[in-house]
Amino acid sequence: MKTFRIGGVHPAENKLSAGKAIRVAELPKQAVFPLSQHIGAPAVPVVKKGDAVKVGTKIAEAGGFVSAAVFSSVSGKVNKIDNVVDASGYRKPAIFIDVEGDEWEDSIDRTPSLVRECRFSPEEIVAKIKDAGVVGMGGACFPTHVKLTPPPGCKAECVIINGVECEPYLTADHRLMLEKTEEILVGVSILMKAVKVDKAYIGIENNKPDAIRLMAEKASAYPGIEVVPLKVKYPQGGEKQLIDAIIRRQVPAPPAIPINVGAVVQNVGTAFAVYEAVQKNKPLFERVVTVTGKSLAEPSNFLARMGTPMSQLIDAAGGLPEDTGKVVGGGPMMGKALATVDVPVCKGSSGILVINEKEAKRTAPQPCIRCAKCVSVCPMGLEPYLLATCSAHGDWERVEHEMIMSCIECGSCQFTCPSHRPMLDYIRLGKGKVGGIIRARNAKK
Amino acid sequence: MVNKLIVSLSPHVHGGDSVQKNMYGVLIALVPALLVSFYMFGLGAAIVTLTSVAACVFFEWAITKFILKRERSTIMDGSAAVTGILLAFNLPSNIPLWIIVIGALVAIGVAKMTFGGLGCNPFNPALAGRIFLLISFPVQMTSWPVPGQLASYTDVETAATPLALMKQAVHGNADALNQLPGSFDLFLGNNPGCIGEISALALLLGLVYMLWKKIISWHIPVSILATVFVFAGLMHLANPEVYASPFAHLFTGGLMLGAIFMATDYVTSPMTHKGMVIYGVAIGFLTVVIRVFGSYPEGMSFAIFIMNAFTPLINTFCKPKRFGEVVKK
Amino acid sequence: MNLILVAVISLGAIGLVSAVILYFASKKFAVYEDPRIGKVAEVLPQANCGGCGYPGCSGFASACVKAGSLEGKLCPVGGQATMEKVAAILGLAAGAAEPKVAVVRCNGTCANRPKLTVYDSVRSCAVANSTYGGETGCTFGCLGCGDCVSACQFGAIRMNPETGLPEVDEAKCTACGACVKACPRNIIELRPKGKNSRRVYVQCVNKDKGAVARKVCTAACIGCGKCVKVCPFEAITLENNLAYIDPAKCKLCRKCETECPQGAIVAANFPPRKAKAEETSN
Repeated sequence: MKTFRIGGVHPAENKLSAGKAIRVAELPKQAVFPLSQHIGAPAVPVVKKGDAVKVGTKIAEAGGFVSAAVFSSVSGKVNKIDNVVDASGYRKPAIFIDVEGDEWEDSIDRTPSLVRECRFSPEEIVAKIKDAGVVGMGGACFPTHVKLTPPPGCKAECVIINGVECEPYLTADHRLMLEKTEEILVGVSILMKAVKVDKAYIGIENNKPDAIRLMAEKASAYPGIEVVPLKVKYPQGGEKQLIDAIIRRQVPAPPAIPINVGAVVQNVGTAFAVYEAVQKNKPLFERVVTVTGKSLAEPSNFLARMGTPMSQLIDAAGGLPEDTGKVVGGGPMMGKALATVDVPVCKGSSGILVINEKEAKRTAPQPCIRCAKCVSVCPMGLEPYLLATCSAHGDWERVEHEMIMSCIECGSCQFTCPSHRPMLDYIRLGKGKVGGIIRARNAKK
Repeated sequence: MVNKLIVSLSPHVHGGDSVQKNMYGVLIALVPALLVSFYMFGLGAAIVTLTSVAACVFFEWAITKFILKRERSTIMDGSAAVTGILLAFNLPSNIPLWIIVIGALVAIGVAKMTFGGLGCNPFNPALAGRIFLLISFPVQMTSWPVPGQLASYTDVETAATPLALMKQAVHGNADALNQLPGSFDLFLGNNPGCIGEISALALLLGLVYMLWKKIISWHIPVSILATVFVFAGLMHLANPEVYASPFAHLFTGGLMLGAIFMATDYVTSPMTHKGMVIYGVAIGFLTVVIRVFGSYPEGMSFAIFIMNAFTPLINTFCKPKRFGEVVKK
Repeated sequence: MNLILVAVISLGAIGLVSAVILYFASKKFAVYEDPRIGKVAEVLPQANCGGCGYPGCSGFASACVKAGSLEGKLCPVGGQATMEKVAAILGLAAGAAEPKVAVVRCNGTCANRPKLTVYDSVRSCAVANSTYGGETGCTFGCLGCGDCVSACQFGAIRMNPETGLPEVDEAKCTACGACVKACPRNIIELRPKGKNSRRVYVQCVNKDKGAVARKVCTAACIGCGKCVKVCPFEAITLENNLAYIDPAKCKLCRKCETECPQGAIVAANFPPRKAKAEETSN
């Protein structure tokens, strides 16, 4: 069984909602659309207060090449364009829409039929994906059309589809693969056509045997698509780890990107969004969100419209339990703790995890005993203990030399540390500082 | 709103490993060797082990509380107990109590707490204690009781260890090697020596346990044992009259104890696998060099001590294989 | 006897040879340094805080010697007295420099600014700031993890456990600026100490709209502009919903202090007013 070659850990899987079919979440009363749901420049609003919008109406257009348009997921009136507290507690500009009815744009094909044939040219496909505001659905939210436009001198050799879902608890991609199998496969073949390759691999960890079986069975009808079962190991869903696991190539240290080794990596959720955008004319305005947690009454997978407040989804899953300590947007290894549950579902919201108070609190750190466990689990071959210490002391030159920018912030080091040291906190700080230093240096040149 | 939400950076889960678990794991791994020592040396072994553990824990507690004035005591993390047992394992079973207490003071007070406690010490505390005692009290430290005198403590019959016999062979006593116990006896532990070092079998059981529980990785012990075996084996092949067989080297003295429990000490060993192998090979090499050419019959503790000093250097130069350095395909 | 003699002779010989080598090396590799640099460095406080903008005291000393003028050069730790001494050594006139002091521009005490969440990562403002908006609703104010306290070499800042805010000890503060650099939210500002250490400043850095700011903190500047209107010297500017008092123009009339509806303007070290004892913060 294939897997990546360096490091890795195996957290308890806790896939509580794996057996729960995707439910359609209720429409919210008011939907909020932050303008910055993706990596890159914020989107620019094209509606103003009082405008009537339908489901699928473009409400903000891309603010640059690396940016993505935002579409309304509801029909109603624009209430205001104002700041909203986002998941990190900061205020960011957003469009507020009061919901009235559920009227869709006519251009969207709402029939459930599967459209296999793709009659567009690669350029048209990329343009359609761009127009639909599709971004990476795994959590990083990198605009998809940028990934499908290789920089000059690089050529894609294969498409790798990430169906790994290595984060504990999350089951959104798993359910999607079971329920939208053919759509994903069509999406993958569209992606292959877009980057002009004839080979695609779908990596799935073998803790999802049903998904592997179903995908492999259906994939036989699609030339060039191969389902690759992978050994369960975190962080296999990391782009670089997945490429290493499947085609045995390692992306060099930053600024190199996957396309440098000929791979274009996309999430299964993205493949599905691509299918809907290209074949059904449906822009990205809804996604599957796992709402889970040990103390939650009913862990579920929801098909939620963007802009729905997370609190509404939590209520639909049984409500926030009394002993809640922490609510995480995303999975437990890389997700961000929410400062408030009133934040809206965004393009990158793969899950909402409720952790009880006892498990939410960190254990007090003890001195480093130099057990070297962080070094052996680091999937990037770094020395987390060293990076953390040097960052804490502000030795930016040293941490840059020790390749801090290679860190993917997977959290394996801190997960495994017997002394409970908050290594990743410091490493993130160092990464931020060094990133700034590097940008300043490049700007000078 | 239920409670104030806790906000922290990811990861939000932890593997559940802890310093205590690792230290108690080492203690469990030391149990077989402890049982063998009770079986071979009886009362003496019990007295020495108990004294050493008690003294180490006491010094750790007293220094944290009265000298460093820290609020949180660290005795419950088990590291002082591990140091205590390892120190006892490096002593003969007939050693007077006051020497043990001095050894514990040096181990905990000088080698560990002066540098800031667990995690900061450059040298293995138990080793520092042993070496201090070996140099300060060479007579008491090198008169080893013959196994089987279960009821006696200081009034025992002593004998030369296999290592001393091997040394005599190097110095021209042609008959010395023939007096060595058989390899199998050495393996089980039926020979004079320090409390914990005699039974290779019991120590190997401990190694298997620690590898199974992922407390240590295989790199250090295996590289030490392999180096000693190869190096001693080559010399044995060159001149079997003078140089003992590699099995005799492997199963005698503190080699097993050192390779499995002392050299693998987290704090004082290198951080990368490559570094661990370099460290292990160097320890194995130095051990045989000291055993065969040095003036002491046993070289394990000195070899580890020397390499402890090189650990920071190894850490500086041995970097793990970075992701992306692997050549394409 | 013989042994001792051999030892003495051999060690002596080694010593002699080394001495000769050292002598020639010191001649051959000698680097000329202006002797005044050493003299200037001697009168500097040797805190090596970098507050002067040069790498340590010796860096500042050589800069003083090379520049030929002391205009704009100030050792914040030693202050004017030290600069007079430096000037005397170099035969130059000491530049005029106003003594400054660090002020904390946040009054979001536990009472004024209720906590909404609990922060549970490393106690470091830099980390907390990169994580999220902070425990309170105010995304501009003090995070209270004490990066400024650990940055201060002079023990001039301490955390007040009651307010959760740092407090500057004016007597100890040398205005080296280490805390200003350490604060990820630019809350600490170096302001001229003022006459009799009296100064008036806005104790808030919140740039949110008034309604939002008032909701998260009862002591926030809401950008109402009343202080701007009342100021007779045009010393106050309003930008991004936040008032700022220019210390160069402020004549310490304290009209703005009384006018501010939020109590966000602070007049430090003034004697209590006759009518009512105003709360002043040091």
